[in-house]
Amino acid sequence: MKNVLILIAKRFAASLLTVFIVSVIIFIGVELLPGDVAETVLGQSATPETVEAFRKELKLDLEPHVRYGAWLKDFVNGDFGNSLANGRPVSELIGWRLTNTLFLALITSIIAIPLAICLGMLAAFYRNSFFDKLISVTTLSFISFPEFFIAYILIAVFSVQLGIFPSLAIIDKHMGFGAKLFAVLLPSLTLTCVVTAHMMRQTRAAIINVLASAYIEMAEIKGINRLRIIVHHAFPNSLSPVINVIAVNIAYLIVGVVIVEVVFVYPGLGQLLVDSVAKRDLPVVQASGLIFSFVFIFLNLAADVLSMLSNPKLRQSKI
Amino acid sequence: MNNLLEIKNLYIEAFYEEQWQPIVRNISLNLKRGEVLGLIGESGAGKSTIGLAAMGYTRQGCRLASGSINLDGTELMGASDEELKAVRGSKIAYVAQSAAASFNPSHRVIKQYAEAPVQHGLMGYEEAEEEAVELYRRLFLPTPEKIGYRYPHELSGGQLQRSMVAMAMSCKPDIIVFDEPTTALDVTTQIEVLAAVKEITEKMNKAALYITHDLAVVAQVAHRIMVLRNGRLVEEGETCQLLEKPKEKYTRELLNVRNTRQEKPITDKMGVILKIENVTATYTGQENVLEDIDLVVRKGRTVALVGESGSGKSTLAKVITGLLPATHGSVSFFGEILPPELKKRTKEDLRRMQMIYQMPDTALNPKQSVRKVIGRPLEFYFGIKGKEAEEKVRELLRKIELDPDSYIDRLTTELSGGEKQRICIARALAAEPELIICDEVTSALDQLVAEGLLDLLQDLQNKTDVSYLFITHDLATVKAIADKIVIMLKGKIIEQGEKKQVLSPPHHEYTDKLLASVPEMDPNWLDNLLAQRASAFI
Repeated sequence: MKNVLILIAKRFAASLLTVFIVSVIIFIGVELLPGDVAETVLGQSATPETVEAFRKELKLDLEPHVRYGAWLKDFVNGDFGNSLANGRPVSELIGWRLTNTLFLALITSIIAIPLAICLGMLAAFYRNSFFDKLISVTTLSFISFPEFFIAYILIAVFSVQLGIFPSLAIIDKHMGFGAKLFAVLLPSLTLTCVVTAHMMRQTRAAIINVLASAYIEMAEIKGINRLRIIVHHAFPNSLSPVINVIAVNIAYLIVGVVIVEVVFVYPGLGQLLVDSVAKRDLPVVQASGLIFSFVFIFLNLAADVLSMLSNPKLRQSKI
Repeated sequence: MNNLLEIKNLYIEAFYEEQWQPIVRNISLNLKRGEVLGLIGESGAGKSTIGLAAMGYTRQGCRLASGSINLDGTELMGASDEELKAVRGSKIAYVAQSAAASFNPSHRVIKQYAEAPVQHGLMGYEEAEEEAVELYRRLFLPTPEKIGYRYPHELSGGQLQRSMVAMAMSCKPDIIVFDEPTTALDVTTQIEVLAAVKEITEKMNKAALYITHDLAVVAQVAHRIMVLRNGRLVEEGETCQLLEKPKEKYTRELLNVRNTRQEKPITDKMGVILKIENVTATYTGQENVLEDIDLVVRKGRTVALVGESGSGKSTLAKVITGLLPATHGSVSFFGEILPPELKKRTKEDLRRMQMIYQMPDTALNPKQSVRKVIGRPLEFYFGIKGKEAEEKVRELLRKIELDPDSYIDRLTTELSGGEKQRICIARALAAEPELIICDEVTSALDQLVAEGLLDLLQDLQNKTDVSYLFITHDLATVKAIADKIVIMLKGKIIEQGEKKQVLSPPHHEYTDKLLASVPEMDPNWLDNLLAQRASAFI
């Protein structure tokens, strides 16, 4: 166990380093954006003097590395600065949005991951049969369509025709869990269609890969039934690649769902990011960029640790 | 007495080269309760295929073509999946060659034991657990109450093999198919497994099919023997009769293999290639796996490193190649001390020392062609590419006695075990090494194939003056190939010297035990030995 802990600590340190590098890249990227914040905010009628004064107030006249240092220091202390657009604290803006994004990602994961794994197992079980091909074709068609297309189809069917779900996923702070859940159901169904195929194909491939092993033959010879062989013998040994794909997909659910948010008018982080870029609201852009990279890097770390723990040989290296 | 198993005119086909072709032809056999039938032959003889067919099972790409397989009144030919499932594991069970690969790495050993009886609805999990412990005890596994709760990677090869014998017994089947259960084991462990087989077949009154390529082994356990070749029956007979008066030429060939090599003297004047001094090594930092090893390999000579599994033979190879840096002591090559870690060694260091492994299946990339496998070291060490490389690869293939035209474009998966191992030799030779470390290179191969491979290695040594460090547990191999023998036990060298000297009495006590454990072609050898050991305890 000691060895595993050391390994995890090393990976953790590497992740922190990556986050740091990403923060530099984000900062530089924002610097490279064309246009000037002061001018954008004050509008075209502003005099050069007022623009200059505003730049000073925003500390935009300082050297970039000084500003980077100050920004990083504040960020570590939990102070994300104030929005340039409306002067409110960035943490307040992002906090509410981030909770919403995580909520949507969570609900989608709860639907999509078990679904994908079950479908993957069934596809492996009925390998090369009609059923296997049907699953593959269906899920692959779903990722081939653009997200907004699936979203509108679902709205057309479930909101317009059947009238079951609302077409807009508007939520506010005073809604209860049930109401929230009801509101996000259509967007999470849309996202489920998008992420299931990837995870399901990986599960199927990983299991089929393991099916050629001698211990699978042994299980067959012991007279164990096929479904149990897939679930009990093959799946535990194919966890590692599956966990990795799941992590990538969860990360996608958190950082990459702008279009779905826009279609359903869902107050998530992605939409905020896009709005802020348009408004040149740099503190918000930087903070959300950094949060996104945090999520990505640490989900990958979690995936690595989990796949390590899924292997008894690595897990038990204490003995 | 009725036959438990009756196979009549069995044909099995495999799909290759775009059509179904027979791999087992017209095999008939009968098996009565309490009887052990030995199936013997080289790889490709169809032994395992027949063994699996007895359970109504074929590997992927094969099918039962015609004939009849009658298991205690149930016809398995054309039986439904449900009928087959009901029989497999419960009426007839299987012990595979590689226990390490046949246990699921994700589950504890005892859970895998209990799976068949629980799934077949014969007993509950707790009951199965109790029975497992009892069987583990009967098969002389250490700490039988606890050993089952380990994961497969925590058991040694011999322990795993015995746990698999126990697993096969879990549903108390009438017949057990043993498929080369001792091939991967060292001689002293082999005896334990053979004793377990005897215990089961004689005292528990079960029938067994015993598949092996080693006549001396099958002679110990089988009442009757069938000799197979290329899927056909060569001859069949009672064990004693077959050993004493084989009718067919092929059987006689199997009986008298293992010719000893000509003696090559070792003198102090000969160049020292590898010198190991005071090497101590450990995996955990606490327990030493190797202690104070001193060893010299001279030019053009073969040193055999002998010992049971766990004796530290393979660990020593890891220290020499730099995979496991030694904690004390030094490894020098041509008088220069090598850096202990692999990473710090130069390309030239790496080139001069090559390795051939026990399992050619895992040592070769299944997605690569022979040309690529052998061409890789040429490019890596010498920068040879294109036409020149092609010529070199062909030359190497000729050296290992494989026809370049028909082999160069084959994938490594399209080769037999012996051919694969030859490719591994060619890959090692491509680097033009001074020393080749051979780690159990023949133990996964058939007798005649192994024989051919040893001849080849000998031949190559005569031509190129390469030195070998031959790691093995098989004393017959040692007798055939070594100039010098080093015997290891629990991480220490207990005896070393020239072959003649080590093999002739007086022996070290452990050497004596090792030598006595090598099966002889005498059907009573095992019984005598076990009786002898038992009386020694009283």
